[in-house]
Amino acid sequence: MSADGTQGATPIETDALIIGAGPVGLFAVFELGLVDIKAHVIDILDKPGGQCAELYPEKPIYDIPGLPVVTGQGLTDALMAQIKPFGATFHLGQRVDVLQKAGDGRFRLVTDTGTTFLAKVVVVAAGGGSFTPKRPPLAGIEAFEGTSVFYSVRRMEDFRGKDVLVVGGGDSALDWTLNLQPVAKSLTLLHRRDDFRGAPHSVERMRALVADKKISLLIGQMTALHGDGGVLSGVTVKTKDSESRLAVNRLLPFFGLTMKLGPVADWGLNLHENLIRVDTERFETDVPGIFAVGDINWYPGKLKLILSGFHEAALMAQAAHKIVYPGKKLLFQYTTSSSSLQKKLGVS
Amino acid sequence: MAKITFIQPDGTEQTVEAAPGMTVMEAAKKELVPGIEAECGGACACATCHVYVDDAWHEKVGPPSEMEEDMLDFAFDVRESSRLSCQIKVTQELDGLIVRVPEKQF
Ligand SMILES: Cc1cc2nc3c(=O)[nH]c(=O)nc-3n(C[C@H](O)[C@H](O)[C@H](O)COP(=O)(O)OP(=O)(O)OC[C@H]3O[C@@H](n4cnc5c(N)ncnc54)[C@H](O)[C@@H]3O)c2cc1C
Ligand code: FES
Repeated sequence: MSADGTQGATPIETDALIIGAGPVGLFAVFELGLVDIKAHVIDILDKPGGQCAELYPEKPIYDIPGLPVVTGQGLTDALMAQIKPFGATFHLGQRVDVLQKAGDGRFRLVTDTGTTFLAKVVVVAAGGGSFTPKRPPLAGIEAFEGTSVFYSVRRMEDFRGKDVLVVGGGDSALDWTLNLQPVAKSLTLLHRRDDFRGAPHSVERMRALVADKKISLLIGQMTALHGDGGVLSGVTVKTKDSESRLAVNRLLPFFGLTMKLGPVADWGLNLHENLIRVDTERFETDVPGIFAVGDINWYPGKLKLILSGFHEAALMAQAAHKIVYPGKKLLFQYTTSSSSLQKKLGVS
Repeated sequence: MAKITFIQPDGTEQTVEAAPGMTVMEAAKKELVPGIEAECGGACACATCHVYVDDAWHEKVGPPSEMEEDMLDFAFDVRESSRLSCQIKVTQELDGLIVRVPEKQF
């Protein structure tokens, strides 16, 4: 989905850049599209849908107007279908780190992988913040992060010839157990119970490796880390009836994701208790041209509901139009009856 | 009304009144019991409402459902007595319930 041939130097130029592909960011594509504004969308997750897709894909939502019941994933899929005519470009698996003025009236944005954008308007739809891996509350773990403790595998080479401990019972833990086993010197999978949430065929493959003595499976939990100067030398593991120290020098804990405000706090926007303050006419921040919609914004009376975010996106688009097409008058139209809107939607 | 006592890791106790039908997590949030974060608001999607049910109450409260057991994988220092407090419905039967708040929610 990503068109990131352009790394670093050559920026991607766009009318609108939406930060966050949650339900509100997705609907912003729709509302901007109706007023002829093309958008690029960035999200740190590897899939669209934000909280709906990551936290509760299978749970029901009952308060989307017109949909008596829809699951988190169902709503995400429906929104993706609804915005399809507008051909937004998605850049997934990337976090926006930098947002600054470019000097020519536009905004410059840089992601953690170095992709750079120049946008006329920016829509912050960052929800509860970027999804980040949960850090086990073990004393001193920070000191090992990036050297011995990793929350994702960016380079398999970091694990070649190492004694690796993978912790968790979901797909990430299983997938990396299977992928790293051939390169690691030794690999131990640790989970609190002998029951795995991951895909059944991955569980089968993992059990086969255990049976062949290619990996070890331990049922228990971590209680302490050992090592010096960022170099991990061991992990204390408590099992049902004993506590022992495992000699490992790489640790991959997979305890799911949590939302952290992250870089949004560094963009110089006016914050109210970690939320971006906006006006309720345009949902614009105190920096003209930067809008904030959905869970990330705050104004008196704000309700963190998906439907509020949808409303905010509609008004934001009207204001964004004035910036992207200065001097051009915007006609108020219905999708039901306007042939020009229907043409944009590809239905006439 | 049922009385529920929350014991903090340092031993501090706080007893709150809960109406049958609400969850133990809601009872805690209503009275601002420290250490019950409940980031997801009770949807069994965050594991930050983790508690240890007192041994004497273990049986009456019952075991976690399969969905809750899966979510407990995301909690820390999970024990036999671990439950997600948003998944425990208060009943008159649970009057006097004692739960312990873990050292850390994460
Ligand atoms: C369990 C649960 C049940 C819920 N039930 C309901 C309900 O019934 N009805 C209802 O209306 N609401 C419900 N909500 C709330 C609803 O999910 C949120 O209001 C909604 O998801 C907000 O949408 P959003 O697009 O603003 O943000 P989010 O869904 O939070 O999406 C924001 C996205 O932005 C990304 N992001 C943030 N910062 C960056 C960055 N710097 N770079 C790249 N990406 C970034 C994040 O990774 C995330 O994917 C529920 C929430 C939960 C957790
Ligand atoms: S409040 Fe999130 S799991 Fe209980």
